[in-house]
Amino acid sequence: MNSPQPVPALLVLEDGRTFRGESFGAPGEAFGEAVFATGMTGYEETLTDPSYRRQVVIATAPQIGNTGWNDEDDESRRIWVAGFVVREASRISSNWRAKRDLGDELKAQGVVGVTGVDTRALTRHLRERGAMRVGLSTVETDPDKLRERVLQQPAMAGANLVDEVTVAEPVVVPAQGEKRFTVAAIDLGIKEMTPELLSRRGIEVHVLPAGSTIDDITALGPDGVFFSNGPGDPATADDAVALLTDVLDADLPYFGICFGNQIFGRTLGFGTFKLKYGHRGINQPVMDLATRRVEITAHNHGFAVDAPLGETTTTRWGDVRVSHVCLNDDVVEGLELTRDGAVAGFSVQYHPEAAAGPHDSAYLFDRFCAVMTAHQDGHSAGKDA
Amino acid sequence: MPRRTDISSILVIGSGPIVIGQACEFDYSGTQACRVLREEGFRVVLVNSNPATIMTDPEFADATYIEPITPEFVERVIAKERPDAILATLGGQTALNAAVALHDNGVLERYGVEMIGANFEAIHKGEDRERFKEIVAGLDVPGARPESARSVICHTLDEIMDAVGDLGYPIVLRPSFTMGGVGSGIAYDEAELREMAQIGLAASPVTEVLVEESIIGWKEYELEVMRDRADNVVIVCSIENVDPMGVHTGDSITVAPAMTLTDREYQQMRDVGIAIIREVGVDTGGCNIQFAIEPETGRMIVIEMNPRVSRSSALASKATGFPIAKIAAKVAVGYTLDEIPNDITRETPASFEPTLDYVVVKVPRFTFEKFPTADDTLTTHMKSVGEAMAIGRTFPEALGKALRSLEDPRAPFDFTSELRHSREEYLRQASRPHDRRLNKVMDAIRAGASVADVHEATGIDPWFCDQLVQIFQAARALQESYNMDPVLLRRAKRMGLSDAQIGTLRNTSDEVVRGVRWALGVNPVFKTVDTCAAEFAAATPYHYSTYDEEDEVARREKPAVLILGSGPNRIGQGIEFDYSCVHAAMTLREAGYETVMVNCNPETVSTDYDTSDRLYFEPLTLEDVLEVYHAEFDHGPIAGVIVQLGGQTPLKLAAALKANGVPIVGTSPEAIDLAEERGAFGDVLAAAELPAPKYGMAQSAEQAIEIANGIGYPVLVRPSYVLGGRGMEIVYDDEALTGYINRATFITPQQPVLVDRFLDDAIEIDVDALFDGTELYLGGVMEHIEEAGIHSGDSACSLPPITLGKEVIDRIRVSTEAIARGIGVLGLINIQYALQGDVLYVLEANPRASRTVPFVSKATDTQLAKAAARIMLGQSIAALRGDGMLRRHGDGTTSLDSAPVAVKEAVMPWNRFRTPEGVSVDSLLGPEMKSTGEVMGLDSLFGTAFAKSQTGSYGGLPTTGTAFVSVANRDKRHAIFPVKRLADLGFRIAATAGTAQVLRRHGIDVTVYRKEHQGPGADGTKTVVQGILDGEIDIVFNTPQGSSAEGSPRRDGWSIRSAAIYMDIPCITTVQGLSAAVQGIEAAKNGEVTVRSLQEWAADVRAELAE
Repeated sequence: MNSPQPVPALLVLEDGRTFRGESFGAPGEAFGEAVFATGMTGYEETLTDPSYRRQVVIATAPQIGNTGWNDEDDESRRIWVAGFVVREASRISSNWRAKRDLGDELKAQGVVGVTGVDTRALTRHLRERGAMRVGLSTVETDPDKLRERVLQQPAMAGANLVDEVTVAEPVVVPAQGEKRFTVAAIDLGIKEMTPELLSRRGIEVHVLPAGSTIDDITALGPDGVFFSNGPGDPATADDAVALLTDVLDADLPYFGICFGNQIFGRTLGFGTFKLKYGHRGINQPVMDLATRRVEITAHNHGFAVDAPLGETTTTRWGDVRVSHVCLNDDVVEGLELTRDGAVAGFSVQYHPEAAAGPHDSAYLFDRFCAVMTAHQDGHSAGKDA
Repeated sequence: MPRRTDISSILVIGSGPIVIGQACEFDYSGTQACRVLREEGFRVVLVNSNPATIMTDPEFADATYIEPITPEFVERVIAKERPDAILATLGGQTALNAAVALHDNGVLERYGVEMIGANFEAIHKGEDRERFKEIVAGLDVPGARPESARSVICHTLDEIMDAVGDLGYPIVLRPSFTMGGVGSGIAYDEAELREMAQIGLAASPVTEVLVEESIIGWKEYELEVMRDRADNVVIVCSIENVDPMGVHTGDSITVAPAMTLTDREYQQMRDVGIAIIREVGVDTGGCNIQFAIEPETGRMIVIEMNPRVSRSSALASKATGFPIAKIAAKVAVGYTLDEIPNDITRETPASFEPTLDYVVVKVPRFTFEKFPTADDTLTTHMKSVGEAMAIGRTFPEALGKALRSLEDPRAPFDFTSELRHSREEYLRQASRPHDRRLNKVMDAIRAGASVADVHEATGIDPWFCDQLVQIFQAARALQESYNMDPVLLRRAKRMGLSDAQIGTLRNTSDEVVRGVRWALGVNPVFKTVDTCAAEFAAATPYHYSTYDEEDEVARREKPAVLILGSGPNRIGQGIEFDYSCVHAAMTLREAGYETVMVNCNPETVSTDYDTSDRLYFEPLTLEDVLEVYHAEFDHGPIAGVIVQLGGQTPLKLAAALKANGVPIVGTSPEAIDLAEERGAFGDVLAAAELPAPKYGMAQSAEQAIEIANGIGYPVLVRPSYVLGGRGMEIVYDDEALTGYINRATFITPQQPVLVDRFLDDAIEIDVDALFDGTELYLGGVMEHIEEAGIHSGDSACSLPPITLGKEVIDRIRVSTEAIARGIGVLGLINIQYALQGDVLYVLEANPRASRTVPFVSKATDTQLAKAAARIMLGQSIAALRGDGMLRRHGDGTTSLDSAPVAVKEAVMPWNRFRTPEGVSVDSLLGPEMKSTGEVMGLDSLFGTAFAKSQTGSYGGLPTTGTAFVSVANRDKRHAIFPVKRLADLGFRIAATAGTAQVLRRHGIDVTVYRKEHQGPGADGTKTVVQGILDGEIDIVFNTPQGSSAEGSPRRDGWSIRSAAIYMDIPCITTVQGLSAAVQGIEAAKNGEVTVRSLQEWAADVRAELAE
């Protein structure tokens, strides 16, 4: 079981720092924003998460690929990361669900992978200098030449990538069990676990392309609207902001995750900003400021909403407050819009759908159901009156 | 939620003596707890019988009771101190059992003491197997179907035999309410089951055994879970066992984090773990939950939970940097996790889950060589005595480091010696779980076994098997390359190979490999354990070496002192040495040095990241220590390296370190050699005109016999350079001596055998002293209760010495000073003397911290290890007297009316080991050390102090009943008086015919039992063993008849002692022990035994000294 002769691979950051390793995915060259992810499990979910579009993911967990690739845990139809960098890729798979090796899957999907890199050094570099562009190559041997090409790549700030990941046509995910609600879910880069968890609660989920209009939504007669996670800079997502403005004007209950939180923030009048190196991991403590309970949550965001903690902001749709905060750095992790004391919409910056990650925040899907129910009751009460 | 204000004083219960299954990890957790509670302003009352612990240092509690951890004694402490709350979840099963007993007998309610951490209900839910299974079955976890292994609770043998009809073989037995898996095991057939069933029922305090379907061979995992009173729950660490189900987790090689789970499976396990801690109702603190997963299907079974901090918690704390015990103590007094800062990042809270960017491997340390007749098959009954942990960036790197941390030359992989067996044979050997299993796996791989072959034979996950194959391939590639190719060398280092292993592969020495490696620039870097995979900067320099690119050691200005620890616990070298290292770190930090600890034992206080300024979690080998030294040397001034506090482990590195230019402070390596080398040491004694027992050095049996006859029998024989008396025996004649030499295969002209005159009937004396080159400070003189010939670590002893006069102590002082000066000691020295008649013989001198340093320090209220560290760095004893660190006048032998009598008693692991035939190993004391730990009894009178030490070590002496007496002829005279006294105290005396005859002549009424080999009498008279097993005997007094030529003690004595162990009754094997026991029994009968804190004793002693 001797390994074939390793193929050298080169990693160059935009500031010139260079690492050398070996190829374990597809041959070739790849560029993107270098980000590190600290989860010790869940590489299959991470690689298939559309939010990682145009990003080169560095796994801080050193030994990756141990459980192979099972096709069941994918979060979308393909791998989205631009490249994958690890300390030590496993050469075999060991799990009863594994279908093939990670390296083989990367090759099959044409994704460049580099192993043998001091990923901790790379992570510390990004922590200190901030996320930046990176190039991986299994063909170039001159770091300077690769760096020239890195510098030609567009930066993540200002990138509008939603159109690259969203579905082409609407997809319907039927409710599991008795149907209780219909929800329009705008796909800005949605993960499969999200409609799954919605449908488990009796929701018929209509996953709609990002370019959908308010008419497309209202045509479904939805009980609520959902905006998903997704890649890119929320500051560029003016279309999505416009759409959400229409949704709120139409008095539809709203739930947003990640990108959907940032769009909600912008719609409500807040700004967004790029974090130095982002939150990407499955161990992040978030406090629900209403209950003071701490949940351990999955994060994957490079941008955040700039909203005041502990204050209420009044908008034309009602009062907004920051509902959740990350205890590591006080970054806004959730927003809640209330009107006449009732929740009209809410969103979180992190990932209650987990996959990968802990399930502590699954209650938010129930909360969405409760908001829709209250909204229906309020409306029927209104009609009766 | 902030700290509770409705309680102000808290009773913390420790875990007592070190035993297999419960070691110094509970000193680590208890020390953290005491420190936190005091910082929070609580009055801390502590009970722990183990003097070798840091937690029983007087500054860690307001009132420290070194008293037995029994409900009676703890009740006395409660009655005296009236604490508001009791925290029992940090002292292992011992503390938990004591707390449960105090709840059951109403003491807690009577005195209004609240259980914090886990209450009685939660403890019962977690520990009662049947209730726990109901809880698991009733959990509502979306997406998961938690289940337990199918099982039946049994209280009788018949019930057990019925149960197996349903569940089939193999079948698992687990007695309720025992720790470390005592009495549990796996039975493959009816004969095994019947035997194990009886043992198991006896081991359970409630005569209850769980009989369970076998899940042997499944993958095994553990989660460390933490909860606060606002119901926030986090998983601190996941641990995966390399050894599949069937081996106790304490005996398994374990890895953190779990390596072979997808996120879905891990999160399901996490959900179940959280649901369990909530349902069991552990209000606050840590617990440990074990899981099994069927490898082919993923079916998950919850095995058990510990509603308390455990051995795995200590491992998880060290593996992640998340201090479980400390946080558990904080949440126990009301804080929520988000209110507690993460010490390592400082910026982020403790309400998170650590994420690792390295791999941690723990390997158990066994001492089967101490119990040659014991079965080394690993089962659900824990047998290891310690463990080493190592950190690397990959599993192979961490595994290689862990194996060499064991300091067992056979533990690291051997890639070169000739393969004697076929692949199939090695696979067969590897299929039996035992301490050398992984080495057999490597042999099989060398012989051509594939990943699939190894997995099939052992059940070890294919991923781990492939990692082992990769290690082998790296070794083979390096071996086969034309020269020491830098790429292949680096690859081999990244696969965890040591310089020594590479030297063997390349047919050269480790020095040459190191030289080439350094010349090629193949050096390790040091990375940091930071809880967060570098997401945030770490404020604590907790480092590990790895062959990677970037180094993280920071520059420093203050001079550094490196303290080399003592490595994994083993019999002969345990927590006592860690105690001394920790004290050095504390005092040198105060003195303005930057303290740097190097150690690899995850159970200890020394490897807590805040004990020293810097911590290197590294193996204690020359290679690894040199790399640490170089890393520190490159980043600031170094004042020196301390090798004399960590026992033999660092001491044996001293000369090589010095040869490599490392500055050793304190006693020089040359002086250390002088004390170890017989001839040179003899010259020191001769110059000081001190007598030593006659001895000779033999390289063959003939030579040994010649020497022995010249000296006169009995003689003590042993290999040179040993720790804990390994391989030592007392032989009485030529035949036995020849037998010993023939068995001792380790004898070579380079490693001769020492033949010493054995001093029959002598009093053995142990001394710990400090010497600064000018002045001697006699820390303490201990008189052994057993006669010379019993290893000092196994012997009970008393301080002050109970029968020695001032004149003898003055001679000891003069002799000790002469030896210390003659050797050239700077720091601590331990000397063993034997007083025979009027002659004071010098047995041996060890120029280092000894096992008794903590005992002496606590008995005399003087911290010797701290003083030694200061002396090593240049302070004088006179200055330390001035500072108050040492007594201003006199020393540890100064006679004081207010001082306590302190008795140390050893704790033996007999009940842990059985021969392959299932009988107990013999419980005889001898010159080879076999105890795992010790307790201390303190009182103003010897008898009471001795009685307390017996209670602390095994539960105590009886005050009524029947004493069985059987003594060797040479002991009969000395036994008469104490036996008569026992009879006067109301005991019935039983004996075998010979002893009975002698006793009757002295007017003692004796019941006669038959000897075992005689069998039962025609008139129905029972044999002794039958009498013991029938519960007719309450205490056994049996001295051995000497050894037969095979080295195995006579069968009768063995069976008597085995029966005593089986019935858990005291078994005393020396005359001196009997005398002390009689005094103890008398004291116990004569009235109320009181408890007194170290602080109270110290206050009186200080007042008297000030007079």
